Amino acid sequence: MSRYVIRFGALGYLALLLLLPVGFVFYRAFDHGFSHAWHAVTTPAAVHALELTLLIAAIAVPANTVFGIVMALALVRGRLPGRGLLNAAVDLPLALSPVVVGLSLVLLYGRGGWLGGLAGHGLKILFAFPGMVLATMFVSLPFVVREVVPVLREIGTEQEQAAETLGAGPFQTFRRITFPAIRWAVAYGVVLTTARAIGEFGAVSAVSGNIEGRTQTLPLYVKAQFDGFDTAGAYASSVVLAMIAIAVVVALRALHPREEAG
Amino acid sequence: MSGITVLDVTKRFNGFTALDDVSVTIPEGSLTALLGPSGSGKSTLLRVIAGLESPDGGKVLIGNEDVTEQPARARGVGMVFQHYAAFKHMTVYDNVAFGLAIRRRPRAEIRDRVHELLELVQLEGLAKRYPAQLSGGQRQRMALARALAVEPGVLLLDEPFGALDARVRKELRAWLRRLHDEVHVTTIIVTHDQEEAMEVAGQIVVLNEGRIEQVGSPRELYDSPANEFVMSFVGPVNRVGETFVRPHDVELSLEPEAGSEEAMVERVVHLGFEVRVELLRADGERLLAQLTQDDVEQLELERGQIVHVRSSRTKTFA
Repeated sequence: MSRYVIRFGALGYLALLLLLPVGFVFYRAFDHGFSHAWHAVTTPAAVHALELTLLIAAIAVPANTVFGIVMALALVRGRLPGRGLLNAAVDLPLALSPVVVGLSLVLLYGRGGWLGGLAGHGLKILFAFPGMVLATMFVSLPFVVREVVPVLREIGTEQEQAAETLGAGPFQTFRRITFPAIRWAVAYGVVLTTARAIGEFGAVSAVSGNIEGRTQTLPLYVKAQFDGFDTAGAYASSVVLAMIAIAVVVALRALHPREEAG
Repeated sequence: MSGITVLDVTKRFNGFTALDDVSVTIPEGSLTALLGPSGSGKSTLLRVIAGLESPDGGKVLIGNEDVTEQPARARGVGMVFQHYAAFKHMTVYDNVAFGLAIRRRPRAEIRDRVHELLELVQLEGLAKRYPAQLSGGQRQRMALARALAVEPGVLLLDEPFGALDARVRKELRAWLRRLHDEVHVTTIIVTHDQEEAMEVAGQIVVLNEGRIEQVGSPRELYDSPANEFVMSFVGPVNRVGETFVRPHDVELSLEPEAGSEEAMVERVVHLGFEVRVELLRADGERLLAQLTQDDVEQLELERGQIVHVRSSRTKTFA
C-alpha cells in the first residue's frame, strides 16, 4: 500500500512540476496548426538564433570537457597545494546566479573594466560572440568535473600503477586505462554541459546585447517572441530547444551498452 | 633475470619514517619474502624497488644498473598487487597482452605468448572473460600472467594472496612455489604471514618499524633468531623472565625430573594431531606447550592436574 503511495506521489509531483508545463508548451505550439509552428521557427531570426546557440555549444562543450577531465585529474591525482580552494572554485558557477555571472563579465570587459581596453584593440568581447561563449563556458563549467571526480576516486590508482610497471607512459596509461574507466562519467558530464550551454538565459542575456539576427541565442529569441506577444512563435521555438535536449539524452542512451556489470 | 641490491634506502611520509636506512641483497633467481607486521615498511620497500615510490635517500640496483632515478616503466619489473589491479574494461586476453601491446610487438607473437602464459597459470579457457567474471584466485593468476608477459627481470608480489580465502591461499602458495621452479625469475613476495613466508620463500627478510631485523633461510630464522622480535614473529613462543622457549620444546612429565618445575593444566585444546596445553606455573607465569595426541593420551592430561614442566632449547637475548 505505502509502496503505491510513494510511487504515485513521485509521479504526481513530477507530472505537476515538469511534465504538465512542458507538455502544455508542446500542445500550445501547435495550436494554430503545424505549418504555423514550422513557419515560426524558420524565420531568418529564428534560424540564426538556433545556429548561434549550436555554435556556442560547439565551442563551450568541448572546451569544458577537456578542462573538466584535466581539472578532475588534478583534483584527485595531483598533489598541488590549495586543492580545497580549487575544488570550491569549481562549484562557483553552480552557486552564483547566472545574472551575476553575466554582470561580472560586463564589469570585467566593459568600459573601465580591467580588460575593457581589449575592445579598443579590435577585440570586441562584450555584446558580441566571444562574450556569449565566455558566459556559457562559465555557467557550464562544473558538470564534467563533478561527474568525473567521484569515479576517479573510486577506481583508485592501482590499475594505473600496474599499467606503469608494464611499460606504459603517462599518456598511454590515460588513454588505455584511466579514460575507459571514466568515459561514462565524461559522457554524462557532456550531456549536462550541453543541456546547460544550450538552455542558458541569464548570463548570456547580460552580455549579449540581445540584437535580433546577431547576438540572439534561441532562449533569448524565445523570450523576445514572448515579450512581443507572438506566443505561438515562442512556444514553437521552445519545442525546438526541448527537442535538442531530448536528442542529446537519447543519443547518450543509445551509445551506452546497458549498465555495465561489475 | 637479475639480482637486486638495496643500499641505505630511507623513505619518509609526512614525518613518519617508513624505511630507515635499509640495505639488503636479493640474489639472482631467488624467491625472497619480505616479512613483517603492518607498518613495518615491507610494502614500501617493494614499491621503492618497483619505482612506484622514490626514496628520500639511498640507491636501488637491479642487476648492476642503478635504477634509482628511473621511472617504474623503464625498470623491467613485473608487479602483482594485493587487490589484483585488473584492468576491468579489458578481457583476460587483453589484460595479459597489455605489456606486449604497449611494446608494439607483432600480433602473432602476442597471441602465442598470451596463450602460453594462460596455459601456465591455468586460465586457458577464460581468455574472453572479463575480470568481473573471475574468482579472486583466477584474477590473481591473471595478474601474474600479465606481469610475466613482458619477461621482467624481477617479479614483485605485494601481499598477492592477502585478499583470498584461506583454502585458495594455500593452493596458490604451493602453485607459486612450483611456478618459480619453472620460471626462475628473481621474485620478491611481501607478506605479514610467517607461515606463508616460510612455506614459499628460500630467503626471508624480517622487517620491523622500517628496519631489517634479520635476513636468512626459514630454518635459520626459526632455529637461530637474531633477537626477541624475530623469535616471536616467526613462530609461537613462551617468555619466562628473560628466557624464550618454543611451545614444542616444553616437555611435560608426571614425575619430577632434573630441572623441572610444577605447573597446573589450565586447558587442553585438541587440534587433531597437535594438542595445545595451557599451563599455569606455581610462580604465576603462564606457559603454552605443544604436544602430540599420543603424548597427551599417555600422560592422561586433564584440566586442574599438576604436572612437571621442563624446557629444552631455551634462548636468551642480550
